[in-house]
Amino acid sequence: MVHMTRDNPLTTPLLRVDDLYVTFGAQTVLRGITLEIPRGQTLAIIGESGCGKTVLLKALIGLVRPVHGTVVFDDQNLAELSDRQLSEQRLRFGFVFQNAALFDSMTVGQNVAFPLRQQGYTQPQMIEQTVLARLAEVGLPDSVVTKKPAELSGGMRKRVGIARASVMNPELMLYDEPTTGLDPIMSDVINELIMRERHRHAITSVVVTHDMRTARKVADRVVMVYPVARLAPDEPQIIFDGPPSELERTKDRRVRQFVQGEAGERLMEMRQAAAANDRAHGE
Amino acid sequence: MSSATSVVTESRGGGNGREHPVVQWLNDWGGVVVDAIRAVGDFAIFVWRTLVWLFTRLPRSETLLPNFYQVGVLSLPVVALTGTFIGMVLAVQSHFQFSQIGLETRLGAVINMSLVRELGPVLAATMLAGRVGSAMAAELGTMRVTEQIDAFESMGANPIHYLVVPRFLASIFLIPTLTIMADFMGVVGAYFYSVDILGIDRHFYLYNSREFIGGYDLFVGIFKSLFFGAAIAMVSCHRGFNCTPGAEGVGRAATASFVISFVLILVIDLFLGILLDAIYYAIWPAGARLF
Repeated sequence: MVHMTRDNPLTTPLLRVDDLYVTFGAQTVLRGITLEIPRGQTLAIIGESGCGKTVLLKALIGLVRPVHGTVVFDDQNLAELSDRQLSEQRLRFGFVFQNAALFDSMTVGQNVAFPLRQQGYTQPQMIEQTVLARLAEVGLPDSVVTKKPAELSGGMRKRVGIARASVMNPELMLYDEPTTGLDPIMSDVINELIMRERHRHAITSVVVTHDMRTARKVADRVVMVYPVARLAPDEPQIIFDGPPSELERTKDRRVRQFVQGEAGERLMEMRQAAAANDRAHGE
Repeated sequence: MSSATSVVTESRGGGNGREHPVVQWLNDWGGVVVDAIRAVGDFAIFVWRTLVWLFTRLPRSETLLPNFYQVGVLSLPVVALTGTFIGMVLAVQSHFQFSQIGLETRLGAVINMSLVRELGPVLAATMLAGRVGSAMAAELGTMRVTEQIDAFESMGANPIHYLVVPRFLASIFLIPTLTIMADFMGVVGAYFYSVDILGIDRHFYLYNSREFIGGYDLFVGIFKSLFFGAAIAMVSCHRGFNCTPGAEGVGRAATASFVISFVLILVIDLFLGILLDAIYYAIWPAGARLF
């Protein structure tokens, strides 16, 4: 882990998560997550489906309210901000949603221009130029501006999502499963865009993914989150925290299984569950 | 399981899981009551936040106009059509009874009074709840499921200000015009059927209509419609915002928005009807007329 000193603003973590708990009803999704993300770093959060990766990502910008713990962005505790202050802070974030979450009722151009208008920009010429420049950066032609999101392919939607999220030059970019559902070539295009956004605009990035290719390619550091239901009561939920190169060398069997894509004891559990089900119906 | 239920269950400790029937009954009903209070509280907070945004900052015209078009212009034909038929149906159903006692010329008074005070506003509101309210719940529900509402928030835009306030304003501003249209077409339909089909004397039909209906009756109908519009917008948007994932969740939100809106329309109709009558008789005792 990167060593940091509090006095130097460049080495102070941009985002600090301390003992974060998130529950939905009786279900605990995040338990005691503690994490620091230094400025300029690209962090990949990996883990199996349902382990709470997306919830963690949303908690980082206050879209999900924790029941305990703090998220501190640039020395400001998000829980202590009013709705209006939180909205202002969010302009410093860019969030790329899993399925892009483009507004169906707006055109591509209106989608990308939305954060600009939200920030109070009113000059149509400036907005148009910025939108076209951002679309060009993600490799989309001017002709998509007037199209509705429903007319685009999955890869194009993701790229529009990246253009929209980065249009305000955010300090922190958050990507939720950016390559899910895309072919390998388009996945690589998206990975390149994530790296290019980082280098061009010096952005700190958090990428939630279960695509190991993405994690290895874009991240400086990888964190693996494990489902709370599978952990012992005193076990930490983050079971790996280190550079991508360490993933192969880790001794933790759960991390190795995930990285190598092996079902392992899950198959045995499934068989046991099916057998228990058969016995219950037999009785 | 509700939190109330779980608390009681946990407090009993390990055990064999079987509880005394009375405790079980209390658990079940306690859970229902807690859930109901939570739902009402959640709805009240939603309404409060909408009102705060309504008076804090007005929405932009590009968010208002499509909603005005959707609620007003696109609802007008169906409200006019149903209003016409309700007027004619009332004439058909009332004519037989009134003709038995030789009072068929009074049909206009009865039908028009029913239309202007009750059926016009309730019909317009029901059509609005069915046509627009369900669509609002389904659209916002889909936006919730596809994370578009989260996307608004992530970009510093408040989804209540951007999505709910314009729908609320469109509903309360345009439901009076829909009500007037339903009233008008109902009156025209009833007149046409009574005079041209049933052959009731035109002069007496119009005389009785004019004699028994006043400006206060029209006011009552339009005044009530404002509350119907507010209820429809709030319920539909709230259902959409709290939509559960998946196609089933969206469908359930749309259905629930109509059912809850319709029940609320009838409850509001009853209580406002009683209140407005009480006000009328307090201001103009002994049946004095406004106009």
